Amino acid sequence: MSCPAEIIEYMHEYLDEVISAENEKILREHLQTCKDCQTHFHELKKAIALVQSTSNIKAPPNLTANVMARLPKEKKKIGVQRWFRHHPLLTAASLFFVLMVGSLFSAWNDHQFSVSKQPNLKVENTTVIVPKGEVVKGDVVVKNGTLKIEGEIQGNVTVINGDKYLASAGHVTGEITEVNEIYEWLWFQIKKTGKDLINIFDEENDKI
Amino acid sequence: MEEIVKKRIKEVIKGDQNAYGEIVELYKDKVFQLCYRMLGNRHESEDIAQEAFIRAYVNINSFNINLKFSTWLYRIATNLCIDRIRKKKPDYYLDAEVSGTDGLTMYSQIAADTALPEEELQSLELQETIQKEISKLPEKYRTAIVLRYIEELSLNEISEILDLPLGTVKTRIHRGREALRQQLRYV
Ligand SMILES: [Zn+2]
Repeated sequence: MSCPAEIIEYMHEYLDEVISAENEKILREHLQTCKDCQTHFHELKKAIALVQSTSNIKAPPNLTANVMARLPKEKKKIGVQRWFRHHPLLTAASLFFVLMVGSLFSAWNDHQFSVSKQPNLKVENTTVIVPKGEVVKGDVVVKNGTLKIEGEIQGNVTVINGDKYLASAGHVTGEITEVNEIYEWLWFQIKKTGKDLINIFDEENDKI
Repeated sequence: MEEIVKKRIKEVIKGDQNAYGEIVELYKDKVFQLCYRMLGNRHESEDIAQEAFIRAYVNINSFNINLKFSTWLYRIATNLCIDRIRKKKPDYYLDAEVSGTDGLTMYSQIAADTALPEEELQSLELQETIQKEISKLPEKYRTAIVLRYIEELSLNEISEILDLPLGTVKTRIHRGREALRQQLRYV
């Protein structure tokens, strides 16, 4: 084979779409006369087409959720700010609610241990245990106590002024919220009210 | 799209984690695909794709907002893939097996599970062959080829992602193409 050495180089320039008009002419003319280079060029284009033909594979459906679950925890303050931003009307309503209901403070001052009533929650002094293998249905709220989750909770968990331990086998299907300072607790109340308000609005919309 | 992304990044920098979820949604397929074509294994690709998004999040403050976010993200993902390839034993990635499936590759596994018509089965086999040939490329050619022909990026973008001069990128793509030509000519 006595082909000019640059012909292969021109093929790649062509494939990269950076070939000059002059070189392209040389390449074309050569390809018309040379079977070997024709085959070479054809094989290059075929290889590219095959690589491109591998269909677009999609990411697994839970990838985003998995990433979000593994991100370092965001500061609580931000969550509240975001909530403010996204619900300006409800924020105003909630603030009004706070101003009106001073009794929230007195409720906070109540240091009594309390827990939501699910029959299979085990209570030892101020420690509430979700025993291994047990499935607790509904939201669990523990106030002024410790919650140990060794089994499963099918619902949201709220720990007010207390601690929460999630064993490796433990599992919570809903949201886990910990409220430890009075201001956070207030926000929790406000958010809860907000959520209730949203629900009312949603229900109204459903009717329409 | 870049505009929306930049808006979301500013929110993420302020600490809004939910905004990051939208970014992940936008890029998850591209990043997963990049990892899958580099690594040839679904489990590993999922792992590395997640890791790439987490690293991008943690280091979001070092992202220059005037640059293209995708370039930066692909750079993180590509580097993680290259690290993973280098750490792997050479006999491992040639099999590209899904763990716990008794030696079935992803494609034969799909085929076995769903009893596809003959035509689709052949196309799956062909894809498997092509993936295997991509996996045989030396890692530096493989990276360039995947970015060019799977992710369809420009030579300039690839040069930015790999932090290499344009000339080097061209050379790697040329060599990658020549290698694939040899490997795929009789397919
Ligand atoms: Zn010739």
